[in-house]
Amino acid sequence: MSKIDEIINGVLAGNRRKIAKAITIAESSPEEAKNLIASIYPHTGKAQIIGLTGPGGAGKSTLIEKMVREYRRRGKTVGVIAVDPTSPFTGGAFLGDRIRMQELSTDEGVFIRSMATRNNPGGIAKATKDAVKILDAAGKDVIIVETVGAGQSEVEIIKVAQTIIVIHAPGLGDEIQAIKAGIMEIADIFVVNKADRENADKAVMDIQAMLQLDNKEKPWTPPIIKTVALTGEGVPKLIEKIEEHWQFLKKELLHKRSLEKAEAELIEAIKEKVTSSIIEKLKREKRFEKVLQQIVEREIDPASAAEKLLNQELE
Amino acid sequence: MQSGKKIRVLIAKPGLDSHDRGAKIVARALRDAGMEVIYTGLRQTPEQIVETALQEDVDVIGLSILSGAHLALFPRIMELLRQKGLTDVLVFAGGIIPEEDIPELKKIGIKEVFGPGTPTEMIIKYVLENMQKRT
Repeated sequence: MSKIDEIINGVLAGNRRKIAKAITIAESSPEEAKNLIASIYPHTGKAQIIGLTGPGGAGKSTLIEKMVREYRRRGKTVGVIAVDPTSPFTGGAFLGDRIRMQELSTDEGVFIRSMATRNNPGGIAKATKDAVKILDAAGKDVIIVETVGAGQSEVEIIKVAQTIIVIHAPGLGDEIQAIKAGIMEIADIFVVNKADRENADKAVMDIQAMLQLDNKEKPWTPPIIKTVALTGEGVPKLIEKIEEHWQFLKKELLHKRSLEKAEAELIEAIKEKVTSSIIEKLKREKRFEKVLQQIVEREIDPASAAEKLLNQELE
Repeated sequence: MQSGKKIRVLIAKPGLDSHDRGAKIVARALRDAGMEVIYTGLRQTPEQIVETALQEDVDVIGLSILSGAHLALFPRIMELLRQKGLTDVLVFAGGIIPEEDIPELKKIGIKEVFGPGTPTEMIIKYVLENMQKRT
């Protein structure tokens, strides 16, 4: 059996070592990853995928630890992917989300993986989607994806998860301003963590006020749950709400969302394929460098240059 | 750009130490050298360390210890690594470890021991060289 077949079989059998190796392949060898994902794809689609996003310091990792415990109490197996930023200057990363989850690491029903963004924009890594599929194929019932500390634009998570939790905490200053614009709109559930602090109610009211501004008729109104992640207070209620949202999705929207997700992934795959093949061809024919020079010399602007090159290409 | 293998390192603190300044300095230096460093915090059991190394698929483990319990904890860690088949992981140690204990630690598979005051450049160089040998 080839090395990759061994890994595929291991993933499908839920072997932890092989799951770990598979995620490394997804992160570092795109060609091998393609085969791997193609082989396991028919075995995916069973897990419930939850995305957790919000500003740094709101308590994402601590909350996840408590959520995992609650799911374990309910007899579910859980996968966690915790994403932290890569330094754009050195390419290195400090992955510290596990600090809050380490007691879970010896539970055989839990698999936790830290992942660096490797400079992918949008709050998750390029390989996060594949890692979710790997954990799904490996039979995890619930998969939780923690994004990097998010502000306005870390919304890639909607392409990965079915239920999005946006977490906020009192005393984080004006982050609420930041989450208004972007991540606010993707929330299926809001969590106000550190609810034992003063101003927690104000944070709840802020979110409520924002939700009321949006007066479009919606089939699902995002609930606001107060939690204290350190003690676990409010977590069972949060899990109930996630369950409710899941049932709602199944009834109303799951198929539509699945189609949207499939569309986004297909478009991205086509883009990548087309872009790299065109650029490779242009480079091979030395036209790429020539145009680069012209752009630098201000003979042509980048957008017009791209159009010109593509027109020649598509004729 | 995003593809290609990165060196993944677990910096772990076994036992009951109550501070982790040294571990964090090493973690930061390795990060600044372009590696992905997983840090798991204080008071880790050998089981937690080995299980983390497995799930994170690391290439390197750096063990930091100040409590004097290295002869009790390190053999257990090395044994668990063997049991789980993680024999290709490079393990080095640092902290307060008496000179006379080093041969014993090397015998059980700890590849290198760095004492207090080791320049971080030396550790970076050590990891990079050992990773290069592998490929």
